Amino acid sequence: MSKSDRIQAGLAKRYRAEKRFRLYGILAIAVAISFLVVMLTAIGIRGVGAFQQTHVALTVTFDEQHIKDNNWQGMVKDAMRKAFPDVTSRRDKRALYKLMSSGAGFDLQTMFKDDPSLLGQVRTVWLPSSDDIDMLMKGTIDREAAEGDRRVSNKEIAWIDRWLADDAIELQFNMRFFTAGDSREPELAGILGAFMGSLFSLSVCFALSFPLGIMTAVYLEEFAPKNRWTDLIEVNINNLAAVPSIVFGLLGLAVFLNFFLLPRSAPLVGGMVLALMTLPTIIIAARAALRAVPPSIREAAFGMGASQVQTVMHHVLPLAMPGMLTGTIIGMAQALGESAPLLMIGMVAFIVDIPGGFTDPATALPVQIYLWADSPERAFSERTAAAIIVLVGFLIAMNLLAVILRRRFERRW
Amino acid sequence: MELAIHTDVSDMARVDGHGLSAPHKVTAQGVDVFYGDKQALKSINLDIPSNTVTALIGPSGCGKSTFLRCLNRMNDVVEGCRIEGMITLDGEDIYARGVDVVHLRARVGMVFQKPNPFPKSIYDNVAYGPRIHGLAKNRAEMDEIVLTSLEKAGLIDEVRDRLEAPGTGLSGGQQQRLCIARAIAVEPEVILMDEPCSALDPIATAKIEELIDELKQNYTIIMVTHSMQQAARVSQKTAFFHLGELVEQGDTTDIFTKPFDERTQAYVTGRIG
Repeated sequence: MSKSDRIQAGLAKRYRAEKRFRLYGILAIAVAISFLVVMLTAIGIRGVGAFQQTHVALTVTFDEQHIKDNNWQGMVKDAMRKAFPDVTSRRDKRALYKLMSSGAGFDLQTMFKDDPSLLGQVRTVWLPSSDDIDMLMKGTIDREAAEGDRRVSNKEIAWIDRWLADDAIELQFNMRFFTAGDSREPELAGILGAFMGSLFSLSVCFALSFPLGIMTAVYLEEFAPKNRWTDLIEVNINNLAAVPSIVFGLLGLAVFLNFFLLPRSAPLVGGMVLALMTLPTIIIAARAALRAVPPSIREAAFGMGASQVQTVMHHVLPLAMPGMLTGTIIGMAQALGESAPLLMIGMVAFIVDIPGGFTDPATALPVQIYLWADSPERAFSERTAAAIIVLVGFLIAMNLLAVILRRRFERRW
Repeated sequence: MELAIHTDVSDMARVDGHGLSAPHKVTAQGVDVFYGDKQALKSINLDIPSNTVTALIGPSGCGKSTFLRCLNRMNDVVEGCRIEGMITLDGEDIYARGVDVVHLRARVGMVFQKPNPFPKSIYDNVAYGPRIHGLAKNRAEMDEIVLTSLEKAGLIDEVRDRLEAPGTGLSGGQQQRLCIARAIAVEPEVILMDEPCSALDPIATAKIEELIDELKQNYTIIMVTHSMQQAARVSQKTAFFHLGELVEQGDTTDIFTKPFDERTQAYVTGRIG
């Protein structure tokens, strides 16, 4: 066998190995993508229901007496009685009233507030049904099941069928989910409170951790002398990145709440705790980005007589910015999905009002997901999935922003 | 004030020197350089005359680049680098207390081995030095500086209509000339060149060499080179470094034709290196 033959034989083997290796890579990616697709579709299928809500058309009289008594739910009940005049027994009436959401009265109140000329008028109004009826309409509660096994009785189904025959009940887009805060009633619960809480917390987190992280990284990488102290600081920063997040929550509780007496459940404190958690991530990424700037650029600037600060500000920082932004986004995404540190500072709470500022009591998206997942009502399960969709949407929006910023800052050399 | 006095002295020296010997722009006296414990340069004594091209030659690792970088204190930023002895520019010790590095580097420009334009436009590359040193009062003056610098660097015809294009988009040789334009935009007195042609093809090299020859009328040029032919072509003075020592210095023709030291002879004839 000549030398060239031997090389030839080896070549075929080499190509096979290369092909195999590439195949493994493609396989790994395919598996990862299929998991992602399964996860997203599962959440999507479950959550999409929450974007719709069963509404019932009721003929409501804006009765002067009820308005005076501020008895808006009474107005709903009147309308129900009028819709079903054949229901007479006290127990049946109570069951009838329960078809509607306890929030239906609030809707009437808001309508009247917006338009006081409604006084004494009769209007047909679409009002939210209760969550059980909603579940029945969406098919989550099975009509065919034995009466004892479902939360909706045969009598109630008969009433709903009468509405159905009149086209007086239908699924409508669930605006409330995007405009309301949390509620004990699933049909009234919305994501906006948690969304705003997350937004406020993340703004605080970004405002603290981005400048601090970048400045720390720049100082350590460009200015600090290399000695035992800086080594110690570096080791500690690296260790900090691996500290379980709940520990930062404990620190927040001990320092921010108990020592500085900052308000409980506030996005301000949540943001501060998340900033502590995010800082090491940003610092490490930013230092890597600074180290990746070619030394020739620094030399060129020094050679021109630029001072160290000018060199960093004019040349090094702009080149390192895309990498720094990537690190920051990774850190912020972590912070967005974090609930453990918020546990300790009281942001895991049932909060109905939508926070309007940094010190209002608030909760965060992952916490909201956890709270809903923990609720017994069937309707909360689809809301849990919908909240996850919102969280993922938030994340994607953040990443897009990062991509756009990177594009803008990116320069080639 | 101190500075003004020194400038006066150098002016007088220049006047005095017009007849017999050229004045010394840069002198090194007993310069030792250490990187940590390792001694990179051993008591270097070297005089560099004004308005000439001085070539520093020698095998790799002989310390010629280290010496060059001492002349504008680029070694200051190197961790663990220590310099002893005295280096003067126009009779002024550049390592003296109170000498500002920024000001020194405005007087002693540098061109590096690998072309390293900033990732900015051609205009901004040249304008950077004047901008940070505050040399231009307005946009018109800045335009003037940029255009004359590009002209002196022989680049103006190639880039006149694309001054806003990125400097990194030029060819290697053009980039290096851009770096030279950038260096001369601040009107330095001395230009240090660290193997300016080692990353370039022969045609680009020829252009740079031509340029260096022109520049020596206004500037004192000190260049490190690996190519003995290049040293012979462009320099008037040559200094030969070997293992951290300055073995021999003198007129380029003398170094190449009748070297005193046998190490120099061995190097210039290609036996060591």
